[in-house]
Amino acid sequence: MLGRAVRTPRGAVGLAIAGCVVLVAAIGPAVAPYSSTEFVTKPFARASAIALLGGDTLGRDVLSRTLDGGWELLLMAAAATALGVAAGALIGVVAAYFGGWTDNVLMRSVDVILAFPQLVFALLLVSILGPKIWLIVLAVAISHAPQVARVTRAASLDITERDFVKAMQILGIPGRRIIRRDVLPNLTSVLMVEIGLRLTYSILVIAGLSFLGFGLQPPAASWGLMINENRVGLIANPWGVLMPAILIALLTIGVNTFTDSVARASLGVGGRSTEPDPLVGLAVEGASA
Amino acid sequence: MTAPSEDIPVAAADASPAAPHTDGTPRLAVENLRILTAPRRGRPDADVVDEISFTVQPGRVLGLVGESGSGKTTVALALLGYFKRGLRPGGGKVLLDGQDILALPEHELAKIRGRAIAYVPQDPASALNPVLKVGTQLREVFTVHGADPATLNDVLAEAGLEDPAPILAAYPHQLSGGQQQRVGLAMAFACRPRLIVLDEPTTGLDVTTQRRVLDTVRGLCRSYQVAAVYISHDLAVVAEIADEVAVLYAGRLIELGQAREVFASPAHPYTRGLMRAVPVLESTYELHGMTGSPPRPGSRPPGCFFQPRCEFAVAQCELRQPDLVTVSATGHAARCIRAAEVTALSGTAILAAGRAQPPSDEPVLSISGVSVSYSDKPVLRDVNLVVGARQSVAIVGTSGSGKTTLARCVVGLHKDWTGTITFAGHALAPGVRRRSQDQLRRIQFVSQNPYSSLNPRHTVGQIVGAPLAHFSKLSGREHQQRIDDALTSVALRASFAARYPDELSGGERQRVALARALVVNPDLLVCDEVTSALDVSVQAAIVELLLRLQAERGLALLFITHNLPLVRSIADDVTVISAGQVCERGPVTQVLSEPSHAYTRQLLTDVPAFERG
Repeated sequence: MLGRAVRTPRGAVGLAIAGCVVLVAAIGPAVAPYSSTEFVTKPFARASAIALLGGDTLGRDVLSRTLDGGWELLLMAAAATALGVAAGALIGVVAAYFGGWTDNVLMRSVDVILAFPQLVFALLLVSILGPKIWLIVLAVAISHAPQVARVTRAASLDITERDFVKAMQILGIPGRRIIRRDVLPNLTSVLMVEIGLRLTYSILVIAGLSFLGFGLQPPAASWGLMINENRVGLIANPWGVLMPAILIALLTIGVNTFTDSVARASLGVGGRSTEPDPLVGLAVEGASA
Repeated sequence: MTAPSEDIPVAAADASPAAPHTDGTPRLAVENLRILTAPRRGRPDADVVDEISFTVQPGRVLGLVGESGSGKTTVALALLGYFKRGLRPGGGKVLLDGQDILALPEHELAKIRGRAIAYVPQDPASALNPVLKVGTQLREVFTVHGADPATLNDVLAEAGLEDPAPILAAYPHQLSGGQQQRVGLAMAFACRPRLIVLDEPTTGLDVTTQRRVLDTVRGLCRSYQVAAVYISHDLAVVAEIADEVAVLYAGRLIELGQAREVFASPAHPYTRGLMRAVPVLESTYELHGMTGSPPRPGSRPPGCFFQPRCEFAVAQCELRQPDLVTVSATGHAARCIRAAEVTALSGTAILAAGRAQPPSDEPVLSISGVSVSYSDKPVLRDVNLVVGARQSVAIVGTSGSGKTTLARCVVGLHKDWTGTITFAGHALAPGVRRRSQDQLRRIQFVSQNPYSSLNPRHTVGQIVGAPLAHFSKLSGREHQQRIDDALTSVALRASFAARYPDELSGGERQRVALARALVVNPDLLVCDEVTSALDVSVQAAIVELLLRLQAERGLALLFITHNLPLVRSIADDVTVISAGQVCERGPVTQVLSEPSHAYTRQLLTDVPAFERG
């Protein structure tokens, strides 16, 4: 499915864009010309041979700080997404499969969390317990889980009603094994889409928190923080704001485009449970040609 | 690929000298219709259907018969000037009263559709908008097509809805399947169309409702001189309603003629094969499936498309596509070089040797006093039933009779029942969880829809291996051996183990589902409508297989179906269920020949049937 997605133009472009940003963030610290805390030039100095993208609010090299400030955001976003989707998928699948009061208890608890706006929820936790990295990751993950749970539950309800699940139930196979062997593999396309969507949100929320000062603390470099620090000098040296902003935007667009193509590719794989009319098959092939 | 040939006998297009009460000009004339797939990169376009020619006179019904993938729906939609995505017209004409539909621009077509040509889809529920009241939708149809809304009640009455007021005020989901299909018919007949195309409109309806809908369609066509094209895979239904029959195979019209003649003496080996696959009520025939499966567009064999599966094939058949050969003065024709010989053959069916009644002294399964309610609404009331060892018992009922609920109680999927079900001398607990491993293994279940009963993410080997791994710990080699044996016993090659369900046909999928049930050596096999999603020739093959397996393995079968003729071929005893109650049970021959209950008699008279030659 991923392979098919990559072969579509949409998937290739998305992956290329997101891949470039990830590459910048990953190898950035190694290739940065200066340390991110070194005073290289004057505050908000224009781009020059010394500092290719000019200076930031304290005269540090914008290029170096940009190259340095991405990996933290990416790691946090990835961790938050993985945690959130895993928890949400588990809740959703269990609620759908077992139904009854299990379903009610799980989904009503989820609704409580869902009542908080995502950013407000994270801010609430962080402002009470302090800006710790693990806490931000956890807060973002928890804020994702309810929405993933809702989507997963809806998708699982359809799967658990299929005859192949009934066939396993008749054999007396325990529920958790049926969930693992028969339900979850049929949710991969839904979960792939959720992972992409949540990753995008995670990046935005974590960058947003960092902008608001909850994240890596100065003087460390971080894209969200950079936008906040350098916005007063936007006219003197726009690169201090533009570079991190562009990278965040590209990352979000790339990830989103790629997962969209995964979703499209998966439609052809997951949706084959109906009668295979050869003509419909031809029509589909013809349409994609 | 053959060029659109001029050498088709004229008889094909004008095979209507037999239509007695006509003035000569057909209402609908299809001439050499050819439909292609849209061009794709690197692949030549394949024809989906080609050389389709037939005519329909006003007031007559043409039955277009074919199995899934034969192209019948493609042809039907072309009659409306419509082509599915990926398909395009490749030549030929569709003449409605002499006017070529295919030559019309889209906006002209839109005017004709619904007004001059009406279409009744297979699933009436999906053709009605669920959020609008039926009355609103019907009036809209009337307004759009310029019919007089004042005639609304008359039109509904004609469609068999005598009391229209409650129906007009209802939402589609509040109507029964039969009522929905009547609303569909009323919509179609509202503007007094000249041609009506019906795409399997009775699929999914029970026999009684089907009978009424068929009567309605036929009556409306007669009284308004509408020409009808009735598409179906069900030979018996077509025999009931059609005046002429056209049989499609792999995108070609392979037989054409008066319905009575075609069914009495089929001229094409394929038609003959189809007929041998259809079970009938009157006597127990051996059912014969056809080997192989129809070729797909683009990968059709040289010469006659049916030749690789044909028992009459000779060397000459591989050389070129046969033309239509006329075999009777009334225009009965078939695309087969041996058509005359095939027509002369008598008997499309072989009477089966009476099923040897096995000794049923020790019942494997006995159900007594089982009742089920869904929130105070009784679904099953005091049902009693016995299945003896090596015996095959059918449960027959229309949809909603509770027969599937009974099956689910037996296998433990449904656990809120009262009464006793005894299996091999021990009472069964209601739910799966409280039954012993041994009980679970010995009762196996095969469900109705092979398209949802196999996990699309698992290989056939994994699917068949799952119950085996659960019940017995075998070494890797033994495990594989058992899977191979199970696949072989259902007439699949062991190499199927590596395939995924979406690479299989419906019949192959159902065989895999059977293999999954048989791999753990059960004593009782519960089959819930296992053939209803399959084509007749595939159904026959599955029934053949079930009977063979039963004989070989000494299986007891509980066979749930709505198909009465099928019961004749597969069961020893039959239990008829209506509204959750058993109304009749006994040996098949007795119940089907001398039904004692009024409901059974009604069911039997409603079953569509054709005369066998």
